[in-house]
Amino acid sequence: MTGPELARLIQLLARLPGLGPRSARRAVLDLMRRREQLMLPLAEALREAAEKVVACRSCGNLDTTDPCAICADPRREPGTLVVVEDVGDLWAIERSGATRARYHVLGGVLSALDGIGPDDLDIAGLLRRVRDGAVGEVILALNATVEGQTTAHYVADRLAGLGCRVTRLAHGVPVGGELDYLDDGTLIAALKSRRSL
Amino acid sequence: MAAAARASSSWTDPRAVTAADAVRRVTLAAFRCYGQLRLEVDRGPVVLTGPNGAGKTALLEALSMLAPGRGLRRAALGDLARRKPGGEAPTPWSVAARVDAAGGEIALGTGQDPASRERRVLRIDGEKIRGQKALAERLAIAWATPEQDRLFLDGPGARRRFLDRLVLGFEPGHAAELAAYEHCQRERARLLAEGSGDDAWLSALEDGMARHGIAVAAARRAVAERLDAAAASGAGPFPAARLRMSGAVDQALASMPALAAEDRLRDALAAARAQDAAQGGAAHGPHRSDLEVRFAQKGIAAAEGSTGEQKAMVLSIVLANARALAAERGRPPLLLLDEVVAHLDRARRAAFADEIAALGAQVWLTGTDDDLFHGLRGRAQFFRILDSSVTRT
Ligand SMILES: Nc1ncnc2c1ncn2[C@@H]1O[C@H](COP(=O)(O)OP(=O)(O)OP(=O)(O)O)[C@@H](O)[C@H]1O
Ligand SMILES: [Mg+2]
Ligand SMILES: [Zn+2]
Repeated sequence: MTGPELARLIQLLARLPGLGPRSARRAVLDLMRRREQLMLPLAEALREAAEKVVACRSCGNLDTTDPCAICADPRREPGTLVVVEDVGDLWAIERSGATRARYHVLGGVLSALDGIGPDDLDIAGLLRRVRDGAVGEVILALNATVEGQTTAHYVADRLAGLGCRVTRLAHGVPVGGELDYLDDGTLIAALKSRRSL
Repeated sequence: MAAAARASSSWTDPRAVTAADAVRRVTLAAFRCYGQLRLEVDRGPVVLTGPNGAGKTALLEALSMLAPGRGLRRAALGDLARRKPGGEAPTPWSVAARVDAAGGEIALGTGQDPASRERRVLRIDGEKIRGQKALAERLAIAWATPEQDRLFLDGPGARRRFLDRLVLGFEPGHAAELAAYEHCQRERARLLAEGSGDDAWLSALEDGMARHGIAVAAARRAVAERLDAAAASGAGPFPAARLRMSGAVDQALASMPALAAEDRLRDALAAARAQDAAQGGAAHGPHRSDLEVRFAQKGIAAAEGSTGEQKAMVLSIVLANARALAAERGRPPLLLLDEVVAHLDRARRAAFADEIAALGAQVWLTGTDDDLFHGLRGRAQFFRILDSSVTRT
């Protein structure tokens, strides 16, 4: 019933997390209704982001510059790295304004059953940064999920002997809780009362 | 003085017990044999009678879906959806209920996620909840089913599952600990099978198994102890059960602090890598433990009791659990007892009816005939189920 243009758009949107075919159809209808105010600006924004945004080769953050604005910011504490699972968690911590440290994005968590091993995460990059730079503390701000905690344990193990302090978020973060869902207050408290591993 | 008199008189009158987890209204859609069903009930016990295949167990099963997990038949999510005669694809099932729960009345909704049918959604007061702990905190549900008749004859896995369901009433976080333990266990088994030999990764998983495994074992031990105490008191003509957890981690927990037991399990797992790689599974951990049940009056293992005695023993544990939970939370759990009465002899049936009334719990009971529930006349609400339609009698 829908022409190939719309069918393709629906198909593409339906691949986004949290959007099934049903909500994709709704979104497309809504876009069509608001062609000028929403659809064209969205298309423009998508193109611009696709062309300009890159992953920072140092920390994995997404930005229009490489190194990213956080890595390039001289006011950031140079001696502390906050390790997160993905960029969404980095954003959550940035939003809370809880820390002036820099970040390191692993890009996922260990999962043998999903075939995701240490080589699929940016652990080598983290070890390199710690060895090369003057990093005094690594804060493991991984999610309090089972995979997150396994990964935290693993990373701590690999960092042992490199001469930096390794801490993890104190679990004000509820088990099964994901950083992205926490309110800023909880995050700040968790960062303040982090524990040595 | 007046307050004291009121308080003591409320003990003698079970109808005065208002603080019990209880369903007030339940609505089913496309669940098993039910197309649509709405049922309103009072706080007291509910008796459902009807011929074989009428839909009695299906209704209890629907209520059991208001608890975390797979319900009282441990069915796959898709099997709960009502099959259509023409073989068309079934519509997603749902169960909604208004429930008197801890902290006040709540609206619960659960069912197959229409977007991805392998997933179950749970809502409390219209809000999607993440993790099922929030649900277990508000509402405690326990059940007994004919499948549990083999509880003492089957392997230890069935007994651990049986106990885990009861533990959940006391420790709403138990399911999450158990899931975390099993997750680490599966991940470790996969790594060992692949022979990738990343020591740091294996240690990380064994650390998870130790932390979550000891939490699981400690919760099981604590609840087994409480059930043991509750089952010893107030048995009446029911067999008094003695319960305890047996296994290496349980022994460790009995003789050392939990943190030391964790270290010990961590070390044992690390030492058993080669063996576990060769044999699959894990040689150590709470999945090796068993719930040991003995028949106190006769001094024999539960498995050695007669068929009727074994059924009565399961029931007596479920009732002991309800008493212990009532003492701990200040309110008894919702009880779903499928076909338990038919197998009791006359003396036990009468004692059972008194126990139900004294408990003040909303107990849902099923059976084929009204006669079985003679002792509950005037103390329970009766419904007749015929071809998936339910009428109050
Ligand atoms: N997914 C399904 N769709 C439609 N009908 C189903 C489904 N699953 C089971 N049934 C049917 O639902 C009916 C009710 O089953 P239920 O187990 O509730 O019966 P019951 O009243 O407990 O009977 P009994 O006294 O034999 O235990 C049965 O006829 C069964 O075949
Ligand atoms: Mg039945
Ligand atoms: Zn960067």
